[in-house]
Amino acid sequence: MHMADALLSPAVGTTLWVGTAAVTGYASKRLKREIDDRMIPLMGVLGAFIFAAQMVNFTIPGTGSSGHLGGGMILAVLLGPHAAFLVMASVLTVQALFFADGGLLALGCNIWNLAVYPCYLVYPYVYRPLAGDIHKPGRVLVASLVSVAAALQLGAFSVVVETLLSGKSELPFGAFALMMQPIHLAIGIVEGFVTAGVVNYVRGARPELLESIAVSRLLGAEVSLKRFMIAFAALTVIAGGALSWFASTHPDGLEWSIEKIAGKGELPQAYGIAAALKGFQEKTAFLRDYNFKPAGDGLKKGEAPPSWPGIEAGTSAAGIIGAAIVLGMIVLIGMGIRVFRRRQIQ
Amino acid sequence: MTFDEKYFDIGRLDRLSYGETFVHRLDPRAKVIGTMLFLLTVISFPKHEVAALAPFFLYPALLVAVGEIPVRFIIKKMLLVSPFAIFIGIFNPILDTRTAAVVFGVAVSAGWVSFLSILMKFALTISAGLLLIATTSFSGVCHALRRLGLPALFVSQLLFLYRYLFVLMEETMRIIRARDMRSFGKRGTGLRVFARLIGILFLRTVDRAERIYYAMHSRGFEGDMPTLKGSRIVLPDLAFLSAMVACLWFFRFFPIAEGIGRMAQGMLR
Repeated sequence: MHMADALLSPAVGTTLWVGTAAVTGYASKRLKREIDDRMIPLMGVLGAFIFAAQMVNFTIPGTGSSGHLGGGMILAVLLGPHAAFLVMASVLTVQALFFADGGLLALGCNIWNLAVYPCYLVYPYVYRPLAGDIHKPGRVLVASLVSVAAALQLGAFSVVVETLLSGKSELPFGAFALMMQPIHLAIGIVEGFVTAGVVNYVRGARPELLESIAVSRLLGAEVSLKRFMIAFAALTVIAGGALSWFASTHPDGLEWSIEKIAGKGELPQAYGIAAALKGFQEKTAFLRDYNFKPAGDGLKKGEAPPSWPGIEAGTSAAGIIGAAIVLGMIVLIGMGIRVFRRRQIQ
Repeated sequence: MTFDEKYFDIGRLDRLSYGETFVHRLDPRAKVIGTMLFLLTVISFPKHEVAALAPFFLYPALLVAVGEIPVRFIIKKMLLVSPFAIFIGIFNPILDTRTAAVVFGVAVSAGWVSFLSILMKFALTISAGLLLIATTSFSGVCHALRRLGLPALFVSQLLFLYRYLFVLMEETMRIIRARDMRSFGKRGTGLRVFARLIGILFLRTVDRAERIYYAMHSRGFEGDMPTLKGSRIVLPDLAFLSAMVACLWFFRFFPIAEGIGRMAQGMLR
C-alpha cells in the first residue's frame, strides 16, 4: 500500500513531509527526555527485526495465497507509541531507499499512513481501551483485530485522498475507495490475528521482558486527542496554502478552470506570481521561429480546442519526435562516457 | 522474489556505493539536496505532460555512466516496485477517453497521455532514489540527513537498523530454512506457526539488543553516534549543485524536446 512518487503532486508531497517531520521531531524529543540509552540500540535492532519479519511469508487460511507482516501495531503494543513510531519511520525510510518502495517524496505520505495512524491515533484511542491492563489473551485478540483493521482502513483511505488531491489519476473517489477499503479490511483481519499471536506469545514466554521495556509505553495516554486534532487542522491549512500557491504558479491549469467557469478565455489581467513568471517567460522564450513555447504555457489563450485543451496535432507530433531524439541523445551520451572511461582505464 | 534473493539484493546495492568515481566522491549533502530538487521538479509537471519529461532522463543516465552503475540491475529493481503505479495509472486510459491528439493518423486519448506521463515520472523518481543510494552509501545519506537537521535519535535509529539488518536477515534466513525443511508443501506455513516464529525472532532480537548495548556501553556509548569522517562542501559539490539547479530550471520552463522535434520536422521538409 505504499504511495508512489509518480502519483503525487509537489504540494501534497511536501505537506505530508512537513507533517511527518514534525511528528518525528516530537517523538524524538519525547523519547530523549524519558528513556535511557539502552532503548536506542533496542529500537534500532527492532527496526531490523520488522524488516526481516516482513520478508517471511505465511499462508493465509482459506485462500492459499501468502501474506506479509506490516508490524506497526505489534511495535506500538510492545514498545509504546513514540518508540514504535520512530522504528516504523526508519523501516519505511530504509524501504524507500533500498527497495524504492514508494520513493523519497512519497516517504512523507507513507510514514503518515503507516506509522502515524497506528502509533498515535489507533493505539491510544482504540487498542488501549479495548485491551485494558490485565492482558487477557482473548481481549488482546479482539483489540488487535479491531485496531489493525482500523489503522489499515485509515491508511488506505489516506492513499485515496492523497492520490485524488494530487490529481494525477483519473479514478473517481467512490470507485477508488471501494477498491482500496475492502482489500485492506481483509489484510487487516489477517494481520490482526498475527499481531495478537505475537503479542500473546511474547507476553506468555517472557512477561518480565515487556515490563522492562514498558517504561515508554505509559506515555501514550498523555497524547491528547485535542492536540492531535489541532496538528491535523494545521496540516490541512498548510496543505491548502501550498496547493493554492502551486496553482498560482501554473497559470495554465488555473486559466483553464476559469475558462470553464466564466466561459471566456482570460481574466482581464493576470497578477501575482503568475504574472511575474509569465512576463519572465515571454522575455526569455528563445528560438521563436521554431515556435518554442514556455512549457508552463501549453494552452493557446482565447481559442478553446473542441475536445480537450492544450494539445493540437502539430505540437504533439513535434513533442514525440523531440522526446525520441532527446532520449536517443541521452543514451548516446551515457554510452559515450562509458566507452571513454573504459579507454582511460586501459 | 525469494528471501535469499532479497538479501543479496540489498547487499549488492550497498556494494555499489564503494565505488571511487566523481559522483561517489561528491558530498552526500549535495547529492541528497540535488536528488530532492530533482524529484520535486519532475513531479511538478501537470498530468498530461510527456515530451518535456524526456530531457530529465539525462540525470539518471549521467549518474549511471559516470558512477559506473550497472544499468540492468537498476532497471530490474525499478520493475519490481512498478505494480502500484501501473495499477493506479492504468485506470486513466479506461476512464479518460477524450481524444488528446492525433499522431501520425492515430488518435491518442488523454488517458493514455496521462498514463505515459505517470510511467515516465515513475521511472525518473525511482531511478533517482536508487542511484542516490548506489552512489552515496546508506550511512553517507544518514550523516547527510543528520547535518541537514534531522533529529539525532532518528538518524542513529536508521544507522542501527542498517547495521543489524544483515545480521537479523541471516538469523531469519536460518529460521525460514528450518521451517521449510520441516514443512511438507503448505503444512506449517500457516498463521499459528508464523506468529510463533515472529515471537521467537522478537525475543532473540531483544536479547541481542541487550548484548549490543552492554558492548557499546563498555566502549563509551552515551546515546550518540559520532562520526570520524568529517566532510566539507568543496568546489566540485557547489559546481554539481549549481549545474543541477540551472539544468532543472531550464528543463522545467523550456520545452526542449518539443523544440528539437520542430527543428527536426523543419529540416525534413
